[in-house]
Amino acid sequence: MLDNTNTKVQLEGKVRIPSGCAISGIFAQDGELFSGRDIITSIAVMHDRSNGLGGGFAGYGIYPKHKDKYAIHMFYDSEDDRGKAERRINKYFSYVLSEQIPTQKHPNIKDAPLIYRYFAEPLTEQLEKAQIDEREYVARFALRVNADEDELKGAHVISCGKNMGIFKANGFPEDVGEFYKLDEYKGYCWTAHGRYPTNTPGWWGGAHPFGLLDYSVVHNGEISSYDANRRYLEMFGYTCSLQTDTEAITYIVDYLNRKQGLELEDVAKVMAAPFWSTIERMDEKEKAAYTFLRRRYGNLLVTGPFSIMLGFTGGLMVLGDRLKLRSMVCGHQQNKFYAASEECAIRAICPEIQGIHSPRSGEAVIVRLEENK
Amino acid sequence: MDLYVYPEFEVVRNEKKCICCQACSRQCANLVHSYDEATDCMEADDSKCVNCHRCVTLCPTKALKIVKSDHTFRPNANWSQATINELYLQANSGGVLLSSMGNPQPHPSYFDRLLLNASQVTNPSIDPLREPMETKVFLGRKTPVPPLEANNTTAVPEPYNPDGTLKTEMSPQIELSMPLMFSAMSYGSISYNAHASLARAATQLGICYNTGEGGLHKDFYQYGPNTIVQVASGRFGIHADYLDAGAAVEIKMGQGAKPGIGGHLPGKKNVGQVAQTRMTPEGSDAISPAPHHDIYSIEDLRQLVYSLKEATGNRKPIIVKIAAVHNVAAIASGIARSGADIIAIDGFRGGTGAAPTRIRDNVGIPIELALACVDARLRDEGIRDDVSLVVGGSIRSSADWIKAIALGADACYIATGALMALGCHLCRSCHTALCNWGIATQRPDLVKRLNPEIGTQHLVNLVHAWQHELKEVMGGMGINSVEALRGNRLMLRAVGMTKEEMNMLGVKMAGESA
Amino acid sequence: MKKIYVREDWCLGCHLCEYYCANANLGGGDMWKNLKGKAIRPRIRVEGDNNVSFAVQCRHCDEPHCLKGCIAGAISIIEGVVSIDQNKCVGCCTCVLTCPYGCIVPTETGVMSKCELCVNNAGQAKKDKEGGIVGFIPACVQNCPNNAIVVEETEVTA
Repeated sequence: MLDNTNTKVQLEGKVRIPSGCAISGIFAQDGELFSGRDIITSIAVMHDRSNGLGGGFAGYGIYPKHKDKYAIHMFYDSEDDRGKAERRINKYFSYVLSEQIPTQKHPNIKDAPLIYRYFAEPLTEQLEKAQIDEREYVARFALRVNADEDELKGAHVISCGKNMGIFKANGFPEDVGEFYKLDEYKGYCWTAHGRYPTNTPGWWGGAHPFGLLDYSVVHNGEISSYDANRRYLEMFGYTCSLQTDTEAITYIVDYLNRKQGLELEDVAKVMAAPFWSTIERMDEKEKAAYTFLRRRYGNLLVTGPFSIMLGFTGGLMVLGDRLKLRSMVCGHQQNKFYAASEECAIRAICPEIQGIHSPRSGEAVIVRLEENK
Repeated sequence: MDLYVYPEFEVVRNEKKCICCQACSRQCANLVHSYDEATDCMEADDSKCVNCHRCVTLCPTKALKIVKSDHTFRPNANWSQATINELYLQANSGGVLLSSMGNPQPHPSYFDRLLLNASQVTNPSIDPLREPMETKVFLGRKTPVPPLEANNTTAVPEPYNPDGTLKTEMSPQIELSMPLMFSAMSYGSISYNAHASLARAATQLGICYNTGEGGLHKDFYQYGPNTIVQVASGRFGIHADYLDAGAAVEIKMGQGAKPGIGGHLPGKKNVGQVAQTRMTPEGSDAISPAPHHDIYSIEDLRQLVYSLKEATGNRKPIIVKIAAVHNVAAIASGIARSGADIIAIDGFRGGTGAAPTRIRDNVGIPIELALACVDARLRDEGIRDDVSLVVGGSIRSSADWIKAIALGADACYIATGALMALGCHLCRSCHTALCNWGIATQRPDLVKRLNPEIGTQHLVNLVHAWQHELKEVMGGMGINSVEALRGNRLMLRAVGMTKEEMNMLGVKMAGESA
Repeated sequence: MKKIYVREDWCLGCHLCEYYCANANLGGGDMWKNLKGKAIRPRIRVEGDNNVSFAVQCRHCDEPHCLKGCIAGAISIIEGVVSIDQNKCVGCCTCVLTCPYGCIVPTETGVMSKCELCVNNAGQAKKDKEGGIVGFIPACVQNCPNNAIVVEETEVTA
């Protein structure tokens, strides 16, 4: 197990690391479950946009057997850490299954932590005592474990949504996909991330996607509003323990969508708000809505380059920054929606795709399962 | 016989260049210069000179300069010349020393030891000449208004109407084209023409100026949408129309230059329209008590806040202005919970028309630290959205302004800087009411020296220049809207600070990665 | 046509306009070199006391009394500016007597002078980027510390 305590290099979370990236996503609008093979093939094409210091995937609909349980993915530094963390999990959750996430040896994937998953549900008694709703209960658990610098320093919640999971590691994304044997899973939505950090100790927890509950975010960019967003979010109990943009963006979505009850369409209007000069030209109704969102949630405006894919139960949102400083293309073919940093990543798995286009700056493209429409 | 104090400044006249035009003697309200017919020469009485540079500026041959006297006591690192002279003055008069404008002591500046960030490689900088760069801000409560009787509730209201449209109602806010305002200076402490300049400039710039505690002259009601009307402990000039005239109402609890001290407009300044505007008897001293006598605690403040909200039909945000004192974070938290929409904090370097010297120079804390700890405290308590933070107290340049915003301010107040744009040369003699620049005086022949056309233009130029600089810096950081700079402390780094200082400011050491 | 006028609200009575005027009409440049130790002969004069003061100079009348009275034909209107040809002036002072505003002053040599809006003072030329002269800004207007003296285009009256 990689032990960073003796090195001078700081772990992600102790230090903020800017990075450039590749992202790709596939979404089956009719809910067809398809293997993770395609997403590996897609992200592999953009090998040059990663530098081997982080890759990862999120899959939705992959745990149909346990779809009503929170699938908690964990990284542990050691067996000792696992013991401590499981005591904590046991205190708050009951679970039907706990197991090591299946992996296979891969020559390029090294220094793996202990990787576990639990299909869990909150203990009724604890949940009642907490006087909060179930999702908040799970979110708080995850946030606290990840912010714990003390007893649970060696334990990290990687994802904790229902019927979804995040798989990430230190390495090139295509190698990460093979390592986790993602071709053996089937899901209706996959996103992938290849990372190009400017410096890194090579820590698994620092790879992306980043998740909270069923939200998962892959992101390419470096947001200049980071600390303004972070300090605002921390008012509401979020601890940005990884100090990454992706983490902050995930919390923004969680705060606005889950806690404040805004539709994702409006969340996008907050994060990549149009310029005041654009709002000026809108009709009265639209102007009122956009003006309200900027006035009310201006602290969550995200500036600087980003293109993100947000996975959530039953849908996928693609969003670029307000100046369109990071590439992102998307298109449809039959039942599937594709989006990626580069067109080649889509063509690699769907050569016949038509109508590929770049969403406009700040334009949110949201696709949902047809059954949910 | 009085103890003699040697003049602080000497008027140096280049006799070769002086053409005896007498502009200096005509312009000096302190009567320093005079023309001696017998010798056909200009003379100067150094003892009267306050070093305001009026004569220097107007001299057509540039024959004048003012130098600090090199007259000296036996050098003493403990007893400075100023300390000795002030002691003599007090031995002569038995009085409290008075002075004006901001604290001139060499206390450390934290702004000067903070450095800003810029993008390189991983994140593109943005060119403000080619891309939109937004500086517009709104000040006031962002969260829904709590009714007077409600407890602080954490329940989140449903954001949509039954028909699916967004609920867009908000608490009253002030809209500013950039996060900058002219701070409170009363009509009385400054002249009609100074007020006219501030009001017109604020209107042209789309920002606000502040009436101070002297009421609002009837001529200036037309600038109401760009006016903040102040309610201070003396309650001068306050009536329903006055409260209604402005964009916001400010309750002045304290002032950075003289925390814990009220105000005193001498009877000789309280004349004519000044007295009328203040609604006080002409020639009487207009005294603002040190505290508001209806506010002896935080719960009393809440009553005044809500009284003013009611008096203005809940249409105006209420600002509570306090001086930066030791316990400022806790006080600010109390104010935020008292229903105020905006908290204004004035640092210990803030200016004044008159204050006891010892108080001006020794009471209060730096605005950088006050801002940092108030912003952090309000966030820790989860109530930062309930109020906007406006800070002042020596914002000397756009650099200070930008750093204050990055530390967490929603906007800054400037006053000393604004007066300097009007001609003030920081001679710190406002309390003599003989301002040669027509700013801090009510003598008609002096007031006339400030032509508001020129004053307005200089203010507009200054603020536009700062706005350009703000945009350039934001662009360099890759930020294209000022709300993303607000509280973005990663954009700041410290040089020459102790660990405690950096902790208090919430910033990292220069060279340290984010 | 251009006219200078004074806004007495803003006139401070500093008399600087007189010195700048005198200097400009002596060729401009360093004022102390031109004016040191000399009585000035400005073509603008500040009247009044410390409370109310205003500068007075030629109004450039449409039908100037000075022009009508000039026995030498030295006064004429050139592009709206009432001007004196000092080569023709014989120094009879008729114009001084007829001017209702007292705006004509004798020079050291005895010929008359008056405000000609600095159109003959090269130092007061306004230049464009290429250095071409696009007009003249009167010295009094340029140097008034309170913008009390302004020059404005007025409509030509028949």
